[in-house]
Amino acid sequence: MDIQRCRGRVLIGKPGLDGHDRGAKIIARSLRDDGFEVIYTGIRRTPEEIALTAIQEDVDAVGLSVLSGAHNELFPEVLRALHQAKGGDIPVIGGGIIPREDIQHLKELGMYEIFTTGTPVQTILNTFREATERYRQKKHKIP
Amino acid sequence: MNDIDEIVKGIYLKEPRAIGRAISIIEDGDQRAGAILKQINAKSIQDSTIVGITGPIGTGKSTIINQLIAHYRTQGGRVGIVAIDPSSPVSGGALLGDRIRMMRHAMDKDVVIRSMATRGKQGGLCASAAAAVRIMICSGCNPVIIETVGVGQAEIDVVGLADITVLVLAPGAGDEIQVMKAGIIEIADIVVVNKAECPGADSLIMELENVLHQRNCAVCRVIAREAYGIENLATAIGKIDRERRKSGQFTGKRKQIRETEIIDCAIEMMRDEIRSRLQECPGNYTGDPRAIARKLIDDICVTELDMLKRKRPEVFS
Ligand code: B12
Ligand SMILES: Nc1nc2c(ncn2[C@@H]2O[C@H](COP(=O)(O)OP(=O)(O)OP(=O)(O)O)[C@@H](O)[C@H]2O)c(=O)[nH]1
Ligand SMILES: [Mg+2]
Repeated sequence: MDIQRCRGRVLIGKPGLDGHDRGAKIIARSLRDDGFEVIYTGIRRTPEEIALTAIQEDVDAVGLSVLSGAHNELFPEVLRALHQAKGGDIPVIGGGIIPREDIQHLKELGMYEIFTTGTPVQTILNTFREATERYRQKKHKIP
Repeated sequence: MNDIDEIVKGIYLKEPRAIGRAISIIEDGDQRAGAILKQINAKSIQDSTIVGITGPIGTGKSTIINQLIAHYRTQGGRVGIVAIDPSSPVSGGALLGDRIRMMRHAMDKDVVIRSMATRGKQGGLCASAAAAVRIMICSGCNPVIIETVGVGQAEIDVVGLADITVLVLAPGAGDEIQVMKAGIIEIADIVVVNKAECPGADSLIMELENVLHQRNCAVCRVIAREAYGIENLATAIGKIDRERRKSGQFTGKRKQIRETEIIDCAIEMMRDEIRSRLQECPGNYTGDPRAIARKLIDDICVTELDMLKRKRPEVFS
């Protein structure tokens, strides 16, 4: 069943009131073209909505896009909501307008990786590949 | 969330993590799939109704389902949705976009939504749709609604999986009716004309009534965006469901659904075996494709028989 081995399922979410969705849509489409099954939540979602959707869909990674400056609140809230919904093990990858000095701190809180404007899409895809592959190895017993 | 018993128990306890993981295990061909499927055979499966929603791309299937969810929730039911979108034949990836229309239910634990990609399957469904439906029913969902990919005329597999099939059309689909006459339109139980506020809706309804007048098939006028006609649609679904349960048609259909699933699974299992034989020794299989197909099946049977002789010699003595 060669086609059945999909690369992974990912959710792309936009938490908070931020309406900049170009980046999120570009990432969603690039992931699709790289063989991922992508669920896009649309803009203006609460961290809880994103977490519960990720759990129902049993995704292998969550991608968050924030350009409004509220990443220091929103990213940790999604991590917390995921943890509460028994999905604390799902890798969460962030992107948007994020000052360099915030990145280290957010990674210490549990973000898998964070990408800012100008990152080549291939770098982002590689990170998703790595994160989902690792996650799927734990998740599945493939004969 | 990796232990089979924990997952099975979780399904019955309505735990979202268990439900989601169980479906993934089956969808991805994980070796624990069989063990899980074996343990989820609730009596409730007979009590739950499976509704298929199909129709051309963009006619409003997801928007209608979003409204149907709201309707069933005000009545207190728990609702399951399997929403299917096509995989790209090039990359194997997919944008699963149905759910975005249903996000207002994201915080409702009694709305179970799973987006699935076709993963190479033709016909408008994905291979694991039936299993996903059963898992949802076991977690207490009634009804379970299946949204097919945006279909043309040939993708009618949903009829083989749902108790009741709803075809969603919209104005501007006039040409499609001509094409569909010999397909899904003949077997749909209910036809919805959505976007009924748009020009062309009345003539579409007239045309449909012309096509459908020989058989007992309801045409519902709906404006999904405004939730207009949703009550009506739900009533029509409920009425057919009650009638068929009373007449015994429901049980007959379920038997047929079961057979379809078994045949699909058997073919799927054979497909792997056949492909690997073809690839391993192409030299054995040259000539007329039909004759080769026969030879392949014979060869597989011989292998299986040999294995059985070794495992259970008493059967042959
Ligand atoms: C286009 C744009 C808009 C458009 C948005 C159109 C749309 N639908 O997206 C419009 C005109 C609507 C707009 C409006 C506003 N904007 Co504006 N906008 C921009 C602008 C110029 C470009 C953003 C963009 O689309 N970039 C292209 C995409 C592809 O890049 P990207 O999103 O950064 O994505 C890359 C990475 O960040 C990363 N990435 C992004 N998401 C994700 C997700 C994942 C999972 C991963 C892994 C990676 C990833 O990968 C991408 C590729 O490298 C930026 C300035 C800038 N140069 O960034 C300001 C900017 C984002 N806007 C800004 C502001 C303030 C506003 C407004 C509040 C302005 C106002 N006062 O009205 C409004 C608010 C709108 C709203 N509702 O939220 C500020 C934000 C300031 C801040 N963060 O502190 C910026 C930074 C401009 C500035 N320098 O002040 N904006
Ligand atoms: N005018 C009008 N537009 C509607 C109505 N219902 C849905 N739409 C719009 O039709 C578009 C498609 O709706 P969807 O619900 O995504 O349609 P779909 O059939 O699920 O689409 P696919 O899954 O892509 O095949 C959206 O832009 C909806 O907002 C309606 O009653 N009237
Ligand atoms: Mg849809």
